[in-house]
Amino acid sequence: MSHLAVQKTYKLYIGGAFPRSESGYTTEVLSASGTFLANAAKASRKDARDAVVAARSAVSKWSGATAYNRGQVLYRIAEVLEGRRAQFVAEIVASENVSAAAAGTQVDEAIDRWVWYAGWCDKYTQVSGNANPVAGPYFNISVPEPTGVVAVVAPQDSSLLGFVSALAPALVSGNTVVILASERFPLSAISFAEVLATSDVPGGVVNILTGSARDVAPWLASHADVNALDLVGANALDWISLEIAAADTLKRVLPPESGSDAAAPALARIQAFTETKTVWHTKSLI
Amino acid sequence: MTIDTLTAGALARNLVGGDVTDANLRRYLEGIPGIDAVGLEQRAASLGTRSIKTTSKAWALDRIIQLIDLTTLEGADTPGKVRSLVAKAMVPDASDPTTPRVAAVCVYGDMVGDAVTALGASHGDPDHGGISVAAVATAFPSGRASLAVKLADTADAVSAGADEIDMVIDRGAFLSGRYGLVYDQIVAVKEACRRADGSFAHLKVILETGELNTYDNVRRASWLSILAGGDFIKTSTGKVAPAATLPVTLSMLEVVRDWHRLTGQKIGVKPAGGIRSSKDAIKYLVTVAETVGEEWLTPHLFRFGASSLLNDVLLQRQKLTTGHYSGADYVTID
Repeated sequence: MSHLAVQKTYKLYIGGAFPRSESGYTTEVLSASGTFLANAAKASRKDARDAVVAARSAVSKWSGATAYNRGQVLYRIAEVLEGRRAQFVAEIVASENVSAAAAGTQVDEAIDRWVWYAGWCDKYTQVSGNANPVAGPYFNISVPEPTGVVAVVAPQDSSLLGFVSALAPALVSGNTVVILASERFPLSAISFAEVLATSDVPGGVVNILTGSARDVAPWLASHADVNALDLVGANALDWISLEIAAADTLKRVLPPESGSDAAAPALARIQAFTETKTVWHTKSLI
Repeated sequence: MTIDTLTAGALARNLVGGDVTDANLRRYLEGIPGIDAVGLEQRAASLGTRSIKTTSKAWALDRIIQLIDLTTLEGADTPGKVRSLVAKAMVPDASDPTTPRVAAVCVYGDMVGDAVTALGASHGDPDHGGISVAAVATAFPSGRASLAVKLADTADAVSAGADEIDMVIDRGAFLSGRYGLVYDQIVAVKEACRRADGSFAHLKVILETGELNTYDNVRRASWLSILAGGDFIKTSTGKVAPAATLPVTLSMLEVVRDWHRLTGQKIGVKPAGGIRSSKDAIKYLVTVAETVGEEWLTPHLFRFGASSLLNDVLLQRQKLTTGHYSGADYVTID
């Protein structure tokens, strides 16, 4: 007796739960040769709104966790990712039409990057912060603090590596994220949501929307409760309009990147989503 | 329109069929047909499914603001907190001067003077663009004090300038069937609402439906409060969960509708506690319009007792006017 294949219809990942799109729409995810792989939810502007609410409510817990704890939680994600390596390889092979070896390399690199960023959690403050020299009996200290809610348009022509490279740096300092997955290759992002749900990340810290970035990105760019916008994967969109919309509410914006080294690991990507707080404090009187 | 005590007493005697005694009240209230709980909840749920969009939504949001009793009822309240509440009541959204004002501010009795002073010339009838001061009284929220204390509490708030008194009923007495006692207390508090010039402060009677256990009890308590001369019936203190729910409010509105058919008098309804989102508030507007009619959607016949609701309505309003989603940084913190 032959096995009847289960055709999957995936959902969104918002606030630690897997809701259907408010719109009720799904889109077909096709392989490079055009065969059906799965249905993915098509996020609407209201899903984006809900995701921002979830992200906002998670900010205090995630940014309030100790840097060491955040590092552990992120490292745990890398462990779960490693355990599901075969699933990610199979999905990348099916959707990107690459060899199993190439897909394996992509997954390994994604895990390595995730571990690299996890390690920065309790170290980036020492590098980015400073004890400033002042001419007076004061300490003057600058420390980086998380910006808040970061909306990310993930790289559109990479399954897992682009997604991880855009997501990880925003999380390091304690921001929460609403990320628009690649429209063409959403399977890795969907499986990554399952990784997050089975690791220790509090619900709402990462919210993953699949569907059309073209439809949803403008709502995130203009949303007054989003503090920063990473347009790394927005090459094909009208990203100048997105930047203009973001400027209305004084968001931090990272421009699109292209080429094979798009979203390459860098301390600058962590620092891009931080605010520097400088405090003066009197020295002891004795 | 405040209902005159004599008329109310005469009406009650008429309906109850004799003097308003425990026995007569029990016979009357317990003779009221019971509520079909499943039907009530289904009706409330179906009223909550209406889709209100664009211009209707804009109208609804503005109307919700006009119907809000902006409330602060914390042990930690200070004159400063009351002043900032009043400032918010007068100018809910400083970024948009077209935003309407709320109907009233609702405070503890000892804060009435501060609220009146802070309102200044804006103090007045919400039907004429003013903002009223509502005070909770009668040993709010439990109501566990002697009648003398409750009356002194009420008279004190009225003399300090309160336009509306939110009293709590004695739930213990109600649940043990001493309806006469509850009735007499409401009548006495109503009398204590009389001002020096003979006019009355509006009396809102809080049923605390979360402690009444059944819809039948809610219906009886609503009848009892109206018979005793309450101008408004209010669901909850906000200190007991569950507070206002749509089915409970619907059952109270049905009593108000029946009373209006019976006597021609219009009684107000105030759901309070637990209404935090515009979406929920719009469901209440639909329920009111469908049960007693749109003419009830005015400040002297319907109110929301709420504090965080206002900010959510303002965020929705900003979304409608600017076209993009707003955030909590763009409204004031209470």
